[in-house]
Amino acid sequence: MEVLKIATAGSVDDGKSTLIGRILYDTKSLTTDKLEAIEKTSKQRGYDYLDFSLATDGLVAEREQGITIDVAHIYFSTKKKSYIIADTPGHVEYTRNMVTGASTSQASIILIDARKGVIEQTNRHFFINNLLRIKDVVVAINKMDLVDYSEEVYNKIKADFEDLMSKRDYQGQNISFIPVSALKGDNVVNKSEKMSWYKGESLLEHLEKLDKADIFNTGTPRFPVQYVIRPKTEEYHDYRGYAGKVYGGNLSVGDEVVVLPSQTKSRIKDIYFYNEKFETASRRSSVTITLEDDVNVSRGDMIVKADDLPTIEKQFTANVCWMDSKQLTPGAKYTVQHGVNKVLAKVNAIHHKINPDYSGIEEDVTGIGMNDIAEVSFKLNKPIFYDKFKDHRTNGSFIIIDPQSNSTVGAGFIQ
Amino acid sequence: MKKDTSYINALENEAIYIIREVAAQFERPVLLFSGGKDSITLVRLAQKAFYPAKIPFPLMHIDTGHNFPETIEFRDRLVEELGLELIVRNVQDSIDQGKVKEESGRYASRNMLQTTTLLDAIEEFKFDACIGGARRDEEKARAKERIFSVRDDFGQWDEKNQRPELFDMLNGEIELGQNVRVFPISNWTELDVWSYIEKENIEIPSIYFAHKRKVFLRDGMIWSAEDGIVYRDDEEEVIEEMVRFRTVGDMSCTAAVLSDATTINKVVEEIRDSSISERGARIDDKRSEAAMEKRKQQGYF
Repeated sequence: MEVLKIATAGSVDDGKSTLIGRILYDTKSLTTDKLEAIEKTSKQRGYDYLDFSLATDGLVAEREQGITIDVAHIYFSTKKKSYIIADTPGHVEYTRNMVTGASTSQASIILIDARKGVIEQTNRHFFINNLLRIKDVVVAINKMDLVDYSEEVYNKIKADFEDLMSKRDYQGQNISFIPVSALKGDNVVNKSEKMSWYKGESLLEHLEKLDKADIFNTGTPRFPVQYVIRPKTEEYHDYRGYAGKVYGGNLSVGDEVVVLPSQTKSRIKDIYFYNEKFETASRRSSVTITLEDDVNVSRGDMIVKADDLPTIEKQFTANVCWMDSKQLTPGAKYTVQHGVNKVLAKVNAIHHKINPDYSGIEEDVTGIGMNDIAEVSFKLNKPIFYDKFKDHRTNGSFIIIDPQSNSTVGAGFIQ
Repeated sequence: MKKDTSYINALENEAIYIIREVAAQFERPVLLFSGGKDSITLVRLAQKAFYPAKIPFPLMHIDTGHNFPETIEFRDRLVEELGLELIVRNVQDSIDQGKVKEESGRYASRNMLQTTTLLDAIEEFKFDACIGGARRDEEKARAKERIFSVRDDFGQWDEKNQRPELFDMLNGEIELGQNVRVFPISNWTELDVWSYIEKENIEIPSIYFAHKRKVFLRDGMIWSAEDGIVYRDDEEEVIEEMVRFRTVGDMSCTAAVLSDATTINKVVEEIRDSSISERGARIDDKRSEAAMEKRKQQGYF
């Protein structure tokens, strides 16, 4: 069985939570006690129908205002796949949550209200999905019941969205359009009887069919060392194991490797997972490796194949999504966390701001604020070992930490 | 080839990564251990994360004094077998010191009182990271929880101002006095935990399996009538049933379910077909729609 992480994006009232609730209901993933709670609350509030958004809006303020504030994670499974849905809020001021939800997702659903069509928010949602190089994007045109299930409305929205697609940077994205009514259950899990003009799949059918190869971004193997294991016992007197997660591709016993930043060469001696030895460690596995030679390796170092080195530099340029109310300004100092490696960074220059609605760039900016996206160059106190984000989704990304508040204030995608 | 194909392995790899980050980023981590299946799973994951070295942090049990005796026996045996350090802090002590007041009446529970004991223990040992077995699928407020969740000096959760968590990068930077609650099995469901226990052949306390027990019925739920911990009215009749427990929290707020599942395979089957959620048998969540959120704001784990 596979796992598929999906991010959702939509504006306020586009019906995201309702859509997720509908998926849970139609796949029979809601347990009777949860369903009873939804029925009870819907009735108390005098609604004519079951309010499925109650299944996911978990915070008091969210239920009071009928909106989603924070990313919620929802789990359900079919016979084919296990799904994790990141329900991310649509408000302009909560873009950071959308980037957050999308950063770990392989697919995403963009909701459009059929009555409103493609609006500025839609541009933003698509922009972020494209910036984060989400492989599979489903455009769900919702509330079709309120436009008489009109094919014309659907076609118009699809054409408008296709205009947007011509402006995108990442052309490798698969994009599909599905007309749905989350409230009435049309084309969500079950095919709609009211839209015979639509010959495609229902939303869930589409997700079920997605192939691993279509949704996972891969690259070359990178092994950032998380932790050095030294048991210091009689039995494992000289044991030095390097614990970490393999990114991008596989590593095998005997591979000629280089340890960064020291650039020392060695070979992989053993690959352990718990008390078993393996010949190969595959992408995304948390293993422990030992090297043939007695090399000095510590946390934050990176083990890579000798014939495929990343860029080793004390500076880089990246697209930054800012997530803090305090602005990023030239000369400001931050901690950059690149994987498990932390370095001090100084903002060298803000090249330009990128309007996330595809309306172009703004030059001569003195600072970037909450929800802004900008091209920024940084100088570092020591080198990091990176790939471009477009080549390596993991080794090309980083987070920015404000050393004063300790908070995560931005995310970056290296160019 | 190893470890990529199946879903449960992906979850295991993620959890091990998170546990290693805790050991690397914090000075005084602790694993909160209740003797329940989730914390037992965490111990196995921690073993795997650091093998062949020992788990580099202690376990801590906040003992409500309302435990199933089977859980305590199990806890002590596990700790001894693995050569781990165990810290126990008792809710009874917090009551005796007058820090918290015991609830009374039919729904009296010590579940809420645990928070004070936990926060005092965090301060006593200066723990900067507490690893817990909470999962996002358990409850709506927990669905919004981060993997590294920062708590202030008062142990409070500021749900509207959480740090964004991007990619798999975990920001463990905190100030003195703050601590982080860490949830390595955030993305697991109840069924995932059971499937893992089955796959790994992990031993768990016997109360998780169907057994004959003296019980009584209240509000459509089944309560243990043994050990005299759950308050029972005289008119509430004691009967004997085949039951098992899906969670093993404070006995006073943990109801049993009717079950014939005497083996792990049967439990997994039962969970797969179940139409009631795990926390559906937890009276503490039924107090109000926002019960969990309120408890978390106050520092509950």
